[in-house]
Amino acid sequence: MKGDFVAFLGRLATGARSRWLGCEPDTRQRIYFANHTSNLDALVLWSVLPSAVRALTRPVAARDYWTGGFVRPWLAREVFDAVLIERKKPTAHDNPLADMIVALGDRHSLILFPEGGRSSGPEPGPFKGGLHHLAVRRPDVEFVPCFIENMNRILPKGELLPVPVLGGVTFGTPIRVEPAETKPAFLERARRAVIALSNG
Amino acid sequence: MNPADFQLDPVLKRLFGGVLVLLVVASGVGAVLSRRARTDAARAGMRNFNDRTRAWWVMAGVFALALVVGRTGTVVLFGLLSFLALREFVTLTPTRRGDHRTLFWAFFVAVPLQYWFVWKQWYGMFVILIPVYAFLFVPLRSALAGDCRGFLERTAKIQWALMVCVYCVSHAPMLLALDIPGYHGSRMALPLFLVLVVQLSDVFQYAWGKTLGRHRMVPDVSPNKTWEGFVGGILTATAVGTALWWATPFNPWQAALVSLLVCLMGFAGGLVMSAIKRDRGVKDYGALIEGHGGVMDRIDSICFAAPVFFHVIRFFWT
Repeated sequence: MKGDFVAFLGRLATGARSRWLGCEPDTRQRIYFANHTSNLDALVLWSVLPSAVRALTRPVAARDYWTGGFVRPWLAREVFDAVLIERKKPTAHDNPLADMIVALGDRHSLILFPEGGRSSGPEPGPFKGGLHHLAVRRPDVEFVPCFIENMNRILPKGELLPVPVLGGVTFGTPIRVEPAETKPAFLERARRAVIALSNG
Repeated sequence: MNPADFQLDPVLKRLFGGVLVLLVVASGVGAVLSRRARTDAARAGMRNFNDRTRAWWVMAGVFALALVVGRTGTVVLFGLLSFLALREFVTLTPTRRGDHRTLFWAFFVAVPLQYWFVWKQWYGMFVILIPVYAFLFVPLRSALAGDCRGFLERTAKIQWALMVCVYCVSHAPMLLALDIPGYHGSRMALPLFLVLVVQLSDVFQYAWGKTLGRHRMVPDVSPNKTWEGFVGGILTATAVGTALWWATPFNPWQAALVSLLVCLMGFAGGLVMSAIKRDRGVKDYGALIEGHGGVMDRIDSICFAAPVFFHVIRFFWT
């Protein structure tokens, strides 16, 4: 209920629509990985998912950003059920990948921004290794490339006030690690899959 | 004007009654023809027709409600339409990071201010806010952001967006500010007359074009616009406008000329907005209205018709 309302506000504010090009909305376990240009990205991708899918989908987000202020921690805890991770170098007892594996469990899906931070260029930067690690550990989960459009125009990095341009999210064909595929090859292929959706 | 006045205004009542009859007929025809459709193409065509009719019910309802609420309702409605149209227009127009704050001003200062002047019926400010002050402010704000790449092009696009989506559209509610000596009918009748004639002209052009259209006018800009649709649609809508002379300050032949003028301007607006869409490689400006596309797709003809209608009345009748 709370979630539906926040998602409605998210769609209203960003005018975002979803386009499912490579797969259909489904409650099966997935990792949605997308380009990252704006603090609104997690909200908008989560908002355009159908209600039943959204209820099972948890954004992976930076702890330092989502624990600041009053609204963000509330949203992260009560609405998104976000998986908060440390952005600094992982240590043995504080490894974000372990948190993500636990968060997936046997029914949840995740929203992940594999660049590790927001980029301001036209194309997403190189993807971090965690995506590959997850793909190897959980071959049963679908890895869905997503392209989030115009969020950098609505709220670019470094701006406080949004401009109400219309956004959109395009969902592509799920990918998996091929046998004998190296880690850098998989990461680059995943990145290309996201970029390919920007011209679709 | 408050709802009690509306109860007493027979002109508006009759106009609304006419629209209601049209919608009921369109829905009935749609229901009958959908049942008769045999081919897939015919069924798809009828589905689009019914989507459009349903959207017309909603649009007519919202517009009627705004008019009944009175000046405030009408100003708020057109202000929202301007905001949504500007949103669709700017989305389609590539801007750069350096335009961010300029756009913020355009959306959250220029739009409310323009419609505040409309509401205050402050003609002097209404008529210069965007062509003078916003015109000068937009390039200044972008220059302060320090990005020179494509500067003139970016500036021109934002200025054009403001002129078309905000300035032009705001002339429709500003009709309420016109004081016409010797005219004792409802002021609400003027915006209603304008919107009715222009939108019917679009509908009739579409209908004539679909049924009789053979010769395309400007195929590179709008493949659906034909000479048959143009002539048939504009003549039919002009005839309807003429028949509505009793609701306006015009006598019948004046109503005919004014209707013809707004139909031609409406056609011009549709054509120009199509050229922009074609250039950007899209079919519609948005997807807010089922079967119609975006707000901009529906009000493109109003953008061009409203200022001319306003100034013709202001020049000849006040």
